[in-house]
Amino acid sequence: MLRKEIADITRSWRFIVLLVLIILTFISAMYVSLTNLKAAIGNESDSGKLFLYLKLLTTTDGSLPAFHIFISFLGALLGIALGFDAVNAEQNNGTLIRLMAQPVYRDNVLLAKFLGALIVVSALFVSLALLMIGGGLIITGVWFEAVELFRILAFIVLTVLYVGFWLSLSILLSVRFKQATASALTAIGIWVFFTIFYGIIVKMIAKAFFPDPAFLSQAELFSWNNLLLDLLGLAPSHLYTDATTALLMPSVRSLGPLSMEQMAGAIPNPLPLRESLLIVWPQVSGLLAATAVCFALSYYWFMRREIRS
Amino acid sequence: MENAIIELKGLTKYYGSLKAVDNLNLTINKGEIYGLLGPNGAGKTTTILMMLGLTEPSSGEAIVCNYNATHYPILVKRKVGYMPDNVGFYDGMTALENLMYIAQLNGIPPGDVKSRAFEMMEMVGLQAAMHKKAGTYSRGMKQRLGLADVLIKQPEVIILDEPTLGIDPSGVKDFLSLIRQLSRQQQITVLLSSHHLHQVQQLCDRVGIFVGGKLLADGGMEQLSQHLFSKDAYVVMINVKDVLPAPWEHEAALQRLEAVTKVAIAGDTVEISCTKNITPDLVRFFVEKNIDVMGVHKKQYGLEEIYEQYFENNQHENESDGKSSGLFQRSFFKKTRKQ
Repeated sequence: MLRKEIADITRSWRFIVLLVLIILTFISAMYVSLTNLKAAIGNESDSGKLFLYLKLLTTTDGSLPAFHIFISFLGALLGIALGFDAVNAEQNNGTLIRLMAQPVYRDNVLLAKFLGALIVVSALFVSLALLMIGGGLIITGVWFEAVELFRILAFIVLTVLYVGFWLSLSILLSVRFKQATASALTAIGIWVFFTIFYGIIVKMIAKAFFPDPAFLSQAELFSWNNLLLDLLGLAPSHLYTDATTALLMPSVRSLGPLSMEQMAGAIPNPLPLRESLLIVWPQVSGLLAATAVCFALSYYWFMRREIRS
Repeated sequence: MENAIIELKGLTKYYGSLKAVDNLNLTINKGEIYGLLGPNGAGKTTTILMMLGLTEPSSGEAIVCNYNATHYPILVKRKVGYMPDNVGFYDGMTALENLMYIAQLNGIPPGDVKSRAFEMMEMVGLQAAMHKKAGTYSRGMKQRLGLADVLIKQPEVIILDEPTLGIDPSGVKDFLSLIRQLSRQQQITVLLSSHHLHQVQQLCDRVGIFVGGKLLADGGMEQLSQHLFSKDAYVVMINVKDVLPAPWEHEAALQRLEAVTKVAIAGDTVEISCTKNITPDLVRFFVEKNIDVMGVHKKQYGLEEIYEQYFENNQHENESDGKSSGLFQRSFFKKTRKQ
């Protein structure tokens, strides 16, 4: 079943469109970062390490957002596009009931849809990353470091996880809604909400309900700030951007404000991989949990449901 | 007959407060062609879904090929082929690829898949259009492809839900003869759900009439008509040469014959309703009276009359617990009717 799903996805129009979009983004981001590489490396003042490839992925001169910011937009779209008609199109076509009349377990259908799309997405991102590394090798001739490779791998895993979240959300909606258009529009609506409106609403609520910072002690200020950050972190795109920023820019030490005491004695050195991973661990587990919850819900709804033509 | 291949015991299904299937008890024997008849909303499709494990019954059990369909649906589906009405195919793949996919899902070893799919296509007569995309198929071809689909796993039972819907008459004839041939040759039990009474009458050994979720009658044609029209099970129409005078002198004598319940005379035709088949006695009666008999027709109640009778009897009951319609629909239609 998995084979058929993968074949279907790679031959479908929407995948090709999104593929072209992502490749274009990739090429333009690479172009921008390559042209600004000299400037970025020249500014390297706080360490002797030269993370060329990480810089390739993240440098920007302001004309275009960095690659990982782009992916937080396009990745969501990719996940939604691959999943929104997973179940309801089959039902409307009449093929779902034919499939269910065969001696196959019902959860295999859901799993095949999910894993098929995930496999295609992972293949896409792995090949993109390898292309970038290869291109960088050819163009600049600088060898990459092991740490960089691991960070880039972690970035790929994180991206696939992020797309997987949106994928499981859209599969959930496709199980719930009978019309493919309904599930597509709802998924896009949720995405727009989280991307644009969520931050604004949370900040508005914070302004309205949180006490005035002038009257607070240092500790209370921190706790309120953390609360605000936690609320903001409920948006998956925020989780993703935070996590990738920490992974791809080793000099990033924390994802929130640090007190003076925490900063004292800190050596301005890029972090080793393990420490970076530890910083982003809450984000990663948040994304994983959200994906798992969506998938579990769609599983629950799909398994017991009656399928008629 | 011998062994029962499908047993439904006390099968009941509620959708909220609506009783879709009401305490159904049915046994179907191996090798039979069984027809499921009934108006829309009678519960035929629900019963079929419960037999395959695609729906859970509220109570009772469905045992197919000695497996409980609700607990072991996979085992049941290995032996039962189901063709729904509105069968759909993956339009992007060719018909052969569709068949091969289903064959693979059924666990047929990969080496055999292609040859089996070829065989099936030939059996249903689609070998010329094998490599065309399934989206280009006409309705009749799709139904035949659906049949190939069902047969590729070499099942013991096949369940066809409205298989001849939308097919031209010659196609229907071919389709039904194909089904009958397969059933007899390969001892496949066939369960056919349909509205087309003539087809069901031609093809099926036994018929079950579903109304309002209940199985009202079950049995072969003669059994059913005897059960229903016990008084007027047989009607014999005798055409005589000359128009009989009214009142006819021998009418009283005819009525006094044993098993005759009613005599109706219309011109040169005498319609005699009897409880038994006493046609030879009737003919002898006329001959003795020196009346020239031109033709004798025995009218046996067809499925249409039986169907109508059952349906009529239960129509008034049906209206009270019929299919629930939406609130909007009800209020909307009420408004238009008032105008």
